[in-house]
Amino acid sequence: MKQRKILGSEAGNGYLMLSPTAIYSIALMAAPLIAVLVFSFMTPGYLKIIWKFTLSNYTTVLGDPIYAALMERSLVMAAAVTAATVLSAFPIAYFISFHVSPERKSLWLFLITIPFWTSYLIRVFLWKVILGYNGVINSAFEAIGLIKQPMTFLLYNANSVVITLAHSYAPFAILPIFVALEKIDRSLLEAGQDLGESQIMTFLRVTLPLAMSGVVASVLIVFIPTVGDYVTPTLVGGSSGQMIANIIQLQYFKLGNYPMGSAVSITAMGIVTVLALIFLFLNRRFLRGQK
Amino acid sequence: MKGRGFRIYAIAYLVFLYAPIVLLPIFAFNNSTIISFPLVGFTTKWFAALSDDTSLLLAVRHSLIVAVSVSILATTFGVFAARATTRYDFPAKGGIMGLIMLPLVLPDIIIAVALLGAFTNILGVSLNLFTVILGHTLIATPFTIAILNAAFQSLDRSLEEAAYDLGETKFSTFRLIILPLVAPGIISSMLIAFTISLDEYIIAAFLSGAGSATLPVYIFSQFRFPQRVPIIMALGTILVCLSVLLLTVAEYFRRRGIAKAGGKDTGGFL
Repeated sequence: MKQRKILGSEAGNGYLMLSPTAIYSIALMAAPLIAVLVFSFMTPGYLKIIWKFTLSNYTTVLGDPIYAALMERSLVMAAAVTAATVLSAFPIAYFISFHVSPERKSLWLFLITIPFWTSYLIRVFLWKVILGYNGVINSAFEAIGLIKQPMTFLLYNANSVVITLAHSYAPFAILPIFVALEKIDRSLLEAGQDLGESQIMTFLRVTLPLAMSGVVASVLIVFIPTVGDYVTPTLVGGSSGQMIANIIQLQYFKLGNYPMGSAVSITAMGIVTVLALIFLFLNRRFLRGQK
Repeated sequence: MKGRGFRIYAIAYLVFLYAPIVLLPIFAFNNSTIISFPLVGFTTKWFAALSDDTSLLLAVRHSLIVAVSVSILATTFGVFAARATTRYDFPAKGGIMGLIMLPLVLPDIIIAVALLGAFTNILGVSLNLFTVILGHTLIATPFTIAILNAAFQSLDRSLEEAAYDLGETKFSTFRLIILPLVAPGIISSMLIAFTISLDEYIIAAFLSGAGSATLPVYIFSQFRFPQRVPIIMALGTILVCLSVLLLTVAEYFRRRGIAKAGGKDTGGFL
């Protein structure tokens, strides 16, 4: 009797309906992530794990300057990508929300999302073609006589990684800001101007604070995956553009050292999570009371 | 006046976004193995070379098997989750949904290593296309939920209640009333899941094992050979055309779905 009551209730139906998806996520994501955490405390053996507890993986990750340098570079590059992406995306989101007629907004959003859905590998590779020694920019500049020697600072360094990632993550930055801007009650802006604020002051005091929830979302949605990007640093990064994902891939795939790779992954995830939480905390006043 | 400044900036931004894609067909038809200006001459030989490449054709086959399976699986999981969140209220809903949506922000390499470790060291299963399907379903599901949520949200609950009052069961109501109304959303979500799977590299690279490389894994392996570059350009041209086509169809169904249920279009795919 009691059991039937739970099954028939609103909450019971909800849990039942959600269970296939939730169980899949727990089995194939939460459990494997816990396994990674466990691996990171085990002793490495080639391609297999020796089930003996150790902290040595973490002492290496935290003590070896190579890991610290790679981690720092990943964070700095991800921060640069995030700043470039979000700052350049804001005017686009603002333009679509405030200056495009309602029936054409979908078309603009569609245009912005199309490049995102076309082969990621090939898009990254094309940046290599554009920025390379014999690439599009160099050969075009040489042809019109602007330069005599190909420019070498374009490819295989941190710059090329930042440009390529900023390109890849553009829609991720635009869409959350756009959604936040769309939610703003337009009469608030009129009220601001009726009360004598200039357009710029209205923007700074009304529009921007109300759009901050979108900005915060786009910062996180760009920053977190960028720290762990593998394809872009591998293809256009050269040796000075390598990031933390490259060392994770090296440990797991090339060296077969699962515990070490796990310790690097866990450390990276831990650092990123802490940074994300600090960022959310610093912006808490923009997020409060919004749904 | 101010609007014009924004418009110029927006168009410049679109040029930046589309620059790589526009270059793709230019070099795919250029008669030179070196990718640079000035162009040498027109040729279609790079496209012809594609059909002779047996390992490429095998990779395409693998990718299609994976992408079709993922589109069905992820959409099924998406329907359950979207229906649960839009129709029912229950404790810890936000937390559970947060977990399910986590792959949206989790770097793919973390998912790849976690699954690789779990499959090889705990479950002891061998890597093949099936393991790739499992991984891709995980990352595609959040996208399907985002699309299906919009479709389910615009459903009018009174239609459902009317069906119950007229004596339909839960299941027949779902089949006769809800499913037809969200069908465009389902098609759109399947196309998106298909596109995501077809394009995904890092999880496929970790989980495919020997002999079951998918298309992106194959493409990545070709980047090492400079003489293969124009062939990859030709392949890329085909892929871009294909995904633009798929997306246009998906967008058409997504809009139709929202219009059908009487909702208001709030924008793109994410």
